[in-house]
Amino acid sequence: MIGFTLNGQPVTCDAPPGERLSETLRERLGARGTKVGCDAGDCGACTVLIGGRAVCACLTPAARAEGAVIETVEGSTPVLTRLRDAFLRHGAAQCGICTPGMLMAAAELLQRVPRPSSEEAKQALGGVLCRCTGYAKIITAVCDAWRGEGPPDLPVQAPVGVPLPRLDGAAKVAGDVFGADWAPEGALVVKAIRAPHPHAGFTFGDLAAYAARPGIAAVYTAADIPGRNAFSVIPAFADQPAIAASPARFRGECVALVAFEPYTPPDTADFPIRWTPLAALLSSAEAEAPEAPLLHPDRPANRLIEGVVRRGDATAALAAAAHVVEGSFTTAHVEHAYIEPEAGAAWMEGDTLNIRACTQAPYMDRDDTAAILALPVGRVRILPSAVGGGFGSKLDVSLQPLIGLVALKTGRPARMIYSRAESMTSTTKRHPAEMRGRIGCDATGRITAMEFEGRFDTGAYSSWGPTVANRVPVHASGPYHTPTIHARARAVHTHGPVSGAFRGFGVPQAALWQETLYDRLAEKAGLDRLEFRLLNALRDGQLSATGQVMEAAGIAQCLTALRPHWARALAEAQPQGHLRRGVGIASCWYGCGNTGLPNPSTIRIGLTAAGGLVLHQGATDIGQGSNTVIPQIAAQALGLPLTAFRFIGPDTALTPDAGKTSASRQTFVSGRAAQAAGAALRGALLRLVNAGDGAELSINGHFVTVTEGTACHRIDLSTLPTDARGYALSAEETYDPPTRPLDENGQGSPYAIYGYGAQMVELAVDTRLGTVQLVKITAAHDVGRAINPQLITGQIEGGIAQGIGMALMEEYIAGRTDNLHDYLIPTTGDVPPIESLLIEVPDPDGPFGAKGLGEHVLIPTAPAILNAIRHATGAELTRTPALPHRILDAIQRAPR
Amino acid sequence: MTAYARPSDLPDALEILAGGGWRVLAGGTDLYPGAGAALAGDILDISALDELRGITRGAGLRIGAATTWSDLAEADLPPALAGLQAAARLVGGRQVQNAGTIGGNICNASPAADGVPPLLTLDAEVELASARGRRRLPLADYLRGPRQTARAADELLMAVHIPDAALRGQGSFLKLGARAHLVISIAMVALRSVTKGGLVTEIALSIGACGPVARRQPGVERALTGTPLTGLADRLRPEDLILAPIDDIRASAAYRREAAFELTRRALAGGAA
Repeated sequence: MIGFTLNGQPVTCDAPPGERLSETLRERLGARGTKVGCDAGDCGACTVLIGGRAVCACLTPAARAEGAVIETVEGSTPVLTRLRDAFLRHGAAQCGICTPGMLMAAAELLQRVPRPSSEEAKQALGGVLCRCTGYAKIITAVCDAWRGEGPPDLPVQAPVGVPLPRLDGAAKVAGDVFGADWAPEGALVVKAIRAPHPHAGFTFGDLAAYAARPGIAAVYTAADIPGRNAFSVIPAFADQPAIAASPARFRGECVALVAFEPYTPPDTADFPIRWTPLAALLSSAEAEAPEAPLLHPDRPANRLIEGVVRRGDATAALAAAAHVVEGSFTTAHVEHAYIEPEAGAAWMEGDTLNIRACTQAPYMDRDDTAAILALPVGRVRILPSAVGGGFGSKLDVSLQPLIGLVALKTGRPARMIYSRAESMTSTTKRHPAEMRGRIGCDATGRITAMEFEGRFDTGAYSSWGPTVANRVPVHASGPYHTPTIHARARAVHTHGPVSGAFRGFGVPQAALWQETLYDRLAEKAGLDRLEFRLLNALRDGQLSATGQVMEAAGIAQCLTALRPHWARALAEAQPQGHLRRGVGIASCWYGCGNTGLPNPSTIRIGLTAAGGLVLHQGATDIGQGSNTVIPQIAAQALGLPLTAFRFIGPDTALTPDAGKTSASRQTFVSGRAAQAAGAALRGALLRLVNAGDGAELSINGHFVTVTEGTACHRIDLSTLPTDARGYALSAEETYDPPTRPLDENGQGSPYAIYGYGAQMVELAVDTRLGTVQLVKITAAHDVGRAINPQLITGQIEGGIAQGIGMALMEEYIAGRTDNLHDYLIPTTGDVPPIESLLIEVPDPDGPFGAKGLGEHVLIPTAPAILNAIRHATGAELTRTPALPHRILDAIQRAPR
Repeated sequence: MTAYARPSDLPDALEILAGGGWRVLAGGTDLYPGAGAALAGDILDISALDELRGITRGAGLRIGAATTWSDLAEADLPPALAGLQAAARLVGGRQVQNAGTIGGNICNASPAADGVPPLLTLDAEVELASARGRRRLPLADYLRGPRQTARAADELLMAVHIPDAALRGQGSFLKLGARAHLVISIAMVALRSVTKGGLVTEIALSIGACGPVARRQPGVERALTGTPLTGLADRLRPEDLILAPIDDIRASAAYRREAAFELTRRALAGGAA
């Protein structure tokens, strides 16, 4: 028996002494506020205080808890309370998975240093990784906590444009309930057997005997899948088995499941399987070699797809151009590295299979899981847990069909928690890209032509490869008027990790190529780099590369907003010995929503007879803020205060389909649906009393009061008949962006709305070590209308942090960097001060003019960094990440 | 069933170790990564052994093997240990510094162990105890290669000793990695120097993460001892450095050579990396 004081209360438990304290707290004492992100001390999510000292609970034996005073996020000390309030006020929690670790690490600091400097806070929190926020708001909150200003208030009316604290924030600063944090009593513990080779045949030994061992409830293989053992985010390409039959096509692929009885050590070390490694195609070049074997027999040359945009005669225009630049660029596999590894639970409720797991796309999960398990969709219910970061990878199903299969077959609840290594090896990555091409301009610096060819390593299965191949050519020009273009991008199968969606769908890779070349082109044309971009910025009425007429194009406004910063930064960029200062700039544009394909969202609002106002909001909030933004829009459109609302969802049984959280579409598409639903319900209320649109609404008990000038009408909801859903009044509205599909030349109007941005990076390069010190990043983003400025700056800061990682440190190598100490993501000390400039060029299609933002913010960062490095040193980097040894090498090869 | 022992009495601990097959658990920061929900094997937890904790002055300085990085960083120590204290603040994050121990860092014997280069400049000796008795040997002899030490299976690392002679002068430490916190070193340099009347009378230099084990740099030390402090860094010659770096995911071997040279130059110049 181990006894200790947990948050002021004596507790005892019979944990094995060598058990991780994180496991003891979570599984034996039910204190699941403490999160587990890596089990290796690399992420700090499990930080707790023992005797006032911050330690990783995952590295602490339970035995050391004996007699100790332990504090966790479940505690309510004055310091923790102040920190929680400050985190809420400053928007320091996005997805919330790192928040408990951040709070505890900060609590230790504040006990030592009640009013820390930002440097002290960065140092103290350097051991906790956050993938969402870019740390700025966290550091601000920690430094500001001493004020004890209490929790933030909610404004009463007209919330659009207000920097509202997130409505789901209280749960996040208390230790939210993520995929790993809840399971039905007695749930079986499911473990996957995964391929240790990139390509390997396998045979099983005596599975029946293995399954009969004590503690093992069931063993399943591909043979047990009742339905179609193939999924993809795009149904037409469905090719990825939930459980693979031989051969396995990538390292980490699931080939069998073992369901363990609870409290049995889930050890699969001697699972009866024999592997036969096969020759593997590990690069696109190998996969496209003439005699290369095919991963999928129906995909010749291992090509999944090619996307094309062709407009005018780019070759001829390049021949006639006054200046031409040519170049190539190569990027690495990049890992999403959300701090929450995939996790969830499944159970049967009557005939219905319930799955509660982390996801970005509940309806897609439902449809894929139902197909794999041969169930009608009505018998699968997806209840998304809180999601500890997604960034694109949690769009694809991961464990949903696996735990679903176990629950369905055994009739017992099942749960699964991926290890960090399992999460990194088995889920999708950003596509490695090999890109090359030419860009030309006339003597005045106006772009006349572009040729672009990109080859994207899409890995073993399709995932979002088609989307990347289609999106990249559309965006290859960047937000610049390019009258002739020939852009091609193809996705090639290899035995590498499956490449899928990652914040920007290939566009960040293409931006590295195009924006670094534009710097060289500006130089050739004798133009300042910002002015060159401004000269070529897409304007309203111009045609994009796909022939779409641009409207509400805000790139010129973004670049113009950066002008004074640019002038200051250039003046300040003086070399100091071996430290050379540089300034770089890059732009982005990004189409919001699916590329030329339907992607509707539906939102429902209801008023009960008792006066309950309910928003059914099916957009999953993975930290970006749809749980706040969609209600803000709905409340504004309806004209009732946010505080009157109750929020439901997402849940495939309770919320209509609001589509997936991807493609920067939720604020725009679900926002438009919410705006329409709010307006429809408002219209219904006004019609009941024949009031005009300017009337004011208020709600009190079961009465809605409509005030118009001096006239005042009361609607008694309790007297109205209720509909099938139990509402006295309700509205459900669907919005699907108006787009025109791309033709065979990639011509069309693929997106209804584009967002724009430009970022400026100031840095210093140590020319003897090749290291980069970021000084400041200034980010101007056209968001159409800033529905919630605090969430927007949070997105900008977080996207920039990911861009920094992509530029300077992140490279996923299967089997080598599948942990968070070899795979480096930025820490508190790696993100410089960020100044956000919010530009509002309202889009007629956006809700209150708003445009999407989530992906845009990452796109310019990496190329702006590389451009600043070149400005500082002359070093031309054509490969990311720009690790110190690569930068030093490029400096030594630089022309000057 | 695996065993877990957490004795508070040293003879008990040594008797347990003599039984064979035990893994020694100190801070846990190297043992837990890669483990399942609980540590595998028979575990000897040394955290309750008082003799292993703390820093004491006597003939030289004795640092108990289970002294944590935070304890080291916060201790009031002679300037000669400033490099070791700087390293203590750069190991992992605060959580790892609060748990990880100097003895564990040495016994784990990573080529990139942050504590080792400064300790080498302090002429550190390690003290080992077993039921058979105690012995001391230089740290440089104790570290035999990546993940290899001279510790016998029944021995416990008790302490690190720094002789009086090595407590003279000023220590410093420079670590280079690809990010600000929580980073495994690409290269690191520790220096301890004694100056008198504008001359460098003693110099101890070691370089880590540029070979299978961190090592002292006798060539540099010979070349620079007795020379003026002014222009010290400029007299560093690349050929005096003994390095055996490898290419890995963090950097190329060639880069490590250049970085080690540059970091050494900066350490000699008293600048920051």
